[in-house]
Order: sequence, then C-alpha cells, then structure tokens
Amino acid sequence: MSSLIVVKEIVTKFGKNIVHNGVSFEIKKGEIFGLLGGSGSGKTTLLREMILLQKYSSGSLHVLGSDIKKLKDIEANELRDRWGVSFQFGALFSSLSVLENISIALKEYTNLSSSAIKKAALMKLSMVGLPQSAAYLYPSELSGGMKKRVGLARALIRDPKLLFLDEPTSGLDPKSARDFDELITTLRDTLEITVIMVTHDKETISSVLDRFIILGDAKVQFFGDIEALRASKNKSSRDFVDGE
Amino acid sequence: MGEFTEAVGALVLKPANIRFKAIFYHIENSGLKALPIILLTSFLMGVVIAFQGAVQLEKLGANIFIVEMVVISVTRELAPLITAIVIAGRSASSYTAEIGAMKITEEIDAMKTMGFSVWNFLIIPRVFALMISLPLLVFFAGIVSIAGGMVVASLQLGISFEEFTLRMQESVEIKHVIIGLVKAPIFGWIVAVVGCFRGFRISNSTESVGRYTTISVVDAIFWVIAINAVISVFLTQMGL
Repeated sequence: MSSLIVVKEIVTKFGKNIVHNGVSFEIKKGEIFGLLGGSGSGKTTLLREMILLQKYSSGSLHVLGSDIKKLKDIEANELRDRWGVSFQFGALFSSLSVLENISIALKEYTNLSSSAIKKAALMKLSMVGLPQSAAYLYPSELSGGMKKRVGLARALIRDPKLLFLDEPTSGLDPKSARDFDELITTLRDTLEITVIMVTHDKETISSVLDRFIILGDAKVQFFGDIEALRASKNKSSRDFVDGE
Repeated sequence: MGEFTEAVGALVLKPANIRFKAIFYHIENSGLKALPIILLTSFLMGVVIAFQGAVQLEKLGANIFIVEMVVISVTRELAPLITAIVIAGRSASSYTAEIGAMKITEEIDAMKTMGFSVWNFLIIPRVFALMISLPLLVFFAGIVSIAGGMVVASLQLGISFEEFTLRMQESVEIKHVIIGLVKAPIFGWIVAVVGCFRGFRISNSTESVGRYTTISVVDAIFWVIAINAVISVFLTQMGL
C-alpha cells in the first residue's frame, strides 16, 4: 500500500514557542489515522498544516504525492479538490441552508444542472444519517451533532480521496458519538477513502482508528496501532487509551 | 494591498468570477438601506449651515451669497463627508463583525479548504458595493442638503426657490459637484477595506470582536477625513 501523506521532520515555531520539533510519520491509503496528544500538543496545528491553512517552519510534507510547500495556486486548488475537511463545530456557512451548504462546491466548480446538484446533495445528506426534512433548515436551527453531520456531508460532496476530521465526536452525547464512529467506518469501507482525524475520544481511538500518533513535547511519542500501544512500556502514552 | 490589486486584476481578466449576486446583496444592505438616515442627516446639515450662514450674511447685507455658501460647501465637501461617516458607522462595523464571526466559527477556514478565495467571496463584493453605492448616496445627500438650505433661505432671508435655483445655475460651477462625486468611491473604498481587514484581524475571542469593531469604525472615519484633507489641499494647489 502506498502512502498518501508523508510527514518528514516537520518543525513548527510560533515565535519562540516550538510546537513540533522533528515530527515524522506516514499515512497509508485506506486507513483511519488518528492524531492524538494532550491539549496544546499541536495536533490541530499539524492537521491545519496538512490542509494548507498554516505554514510550518521546516521539514517536508507530501499530500497525495505533492510537496505542499512548492505548490502553485492552481495546483493547490487541484489538491483541495481531492480532499474534504470537516471542522470541529461544523463551520457551516450561516447564511446558507443545509442543502446550499452541502452543494456549494458543486455549484461553484461544476456545470451540473441544479437538479443534479440537489440530488447529489440530498444523497450525501442521507449518507450521513440526516432526514430529508433537515435540508431546508439553517445552521442556527441545528444541534451540535447535526452540524457535524452536515459538515461531513459537505466535506464528502466531491467524493474526496482524503477526509480530514477535527475532533469529530467531541461535544456529542455517547450514543451520537458511537453512531458517528460507525458512520466514519462505514464511509471508509464503502467509499474507500482515507480518514485523518484529530481526536481524544478513547472509544474512537480503540474502536475506529487503524493507526495513530501521539504527540507530546513537540515530538512523536508513539506511532502504531492500539495493540502496540497496549504492549508499550511508555505509561503516559498508554494512559491516553486506558488511563482514567 | 498587492494582493488586493492582484485579486482585482484576476477578476478583470475573468469577469465570470465576479460575484454579482453578493455585490447586489451588499449594495442593498449597505447602500439602499442607509438611504433614509443619510437623507435625514443631510437635510438637517443643509438647514443648519444655511441657518448659521444666514445670521452672518444678513449682517453684511449679502443675503444672496447664501446660495454659493450652501451649494459649494455641501456638494464639494459636506455631502461626501457626512455620507462616508454614516456609512463608516453602519458598514465598517458590520463588515468587521461579520468577517470576525466567520473567522471564529471557522467558516473562513472552511472556505479556504474548499478552494474559495476570500477575496472573491468576501472582500471584493463589499468593496465594489460601497464604491458603487457611495456616489449615488452622495448625489442624493447633496440634493437633500441643498433643499434644506433653500427652505431656510426662503424662511429666514426671503429668497424664493426660483431665485435660489437661478443663482445656483449662474454662480456655482459644476466642478464642485463633480469633485464631490469623484471623492465618493474613494471614501467607499476606504470604509470597505478598513472594515474587511479589521475583521480578519479578529482572533479567537469574543473580546476581540468588540475591540476590532471599535477600531474599525474609528479608523475608517479617521482615514476618510485624512484623505479628504489631502485631496482638498491637492485640488486647491491645482487651482480647482
């Protein structure tokens, strides 16, 4: 299996504050990969660097085969075409309805007829487990969990190869969180996408993630799967999954 | 500034990317809906200037000069300035707060990851909307202020409406009106750009929304007045 994302010796500094000091790992095609770590360990920063929202100081980061530091504007937009991002609180466009939110990328980038766009958007809506009746609501009328689902549907609209999720289950009740986990696994199995998520939900870590890294002290403290972590001697890393 | 020129340049080359719907939306919200308050303030301003002027001119027995005084000062300086200040209070603040809220809810990040340019979607529609609305607003503001002046002139100095308009045609050059209307889009540009950029400075706290909204209005008004002063000096030196 080939690696879709290759991170090599990434260094990130904010002024004097060093967030990453030589972070390296690889993400393979078709896996659900987790970025873990305590608060302020730079996991969200790492995610933002992968999706071109933030710059890193040195090192190299390849996403889908291209070095993201050397991208021209047009190439960057082509790359953005091939991934979907779902934000922690949904980040839905508040002036647009649910249906418009999901379909905006198709409206802007394709010449599909408006009925075809609507059909595609409604399909994604049911894919993430929302009723058709939600299509004409506005973001302010949705619950936190529904917003996350709509955000996911929006991220999936262009059938991406890569899906980035920022804390997909935080703030959800336990039942919704498990439903969301199941949804992610189903999506991966049916659409063959690769999922990268920032999370600290223990259930998600042990039941959904194929592999993950744990960040701490600006370095990768652990890189592997759950069995390897349970067998490892590093207690503070083990506490991430099994600690109280 | 360089990015702004680049973004505008890209749109000139590819006008299909201009978001007319968003421009019209902002013209309606920032321009059309501001019309009543601008008409009211301009009318009152015309009344006040004429009234104060009338008292002084009457002493000199130079009643008829009320026409030049009102018409020139209003069309050339006051209508553009008052309009820009009202728009700065209304729109610079709302642009800053809107964009800041979008930043906090990560809507801006979402746009970027979907490859939508914030220039085309957020900044340029607002800038164009104000550059189009301001000259129109200034035009109406000027008419209403002059009307205010005419009412005072007739009540206070006994100058009839016919006399007023006749004198206006004879002695007021059209250049004053043109200068006022040329300044308007410049002021519109200042207000929109300041409003948008302060919005992007807002960071992840509700406190910064309040702070930058305040700064945005103060900055917008300051720059309008400062640029107006520069233009005024420049034009006077040119003999206009």
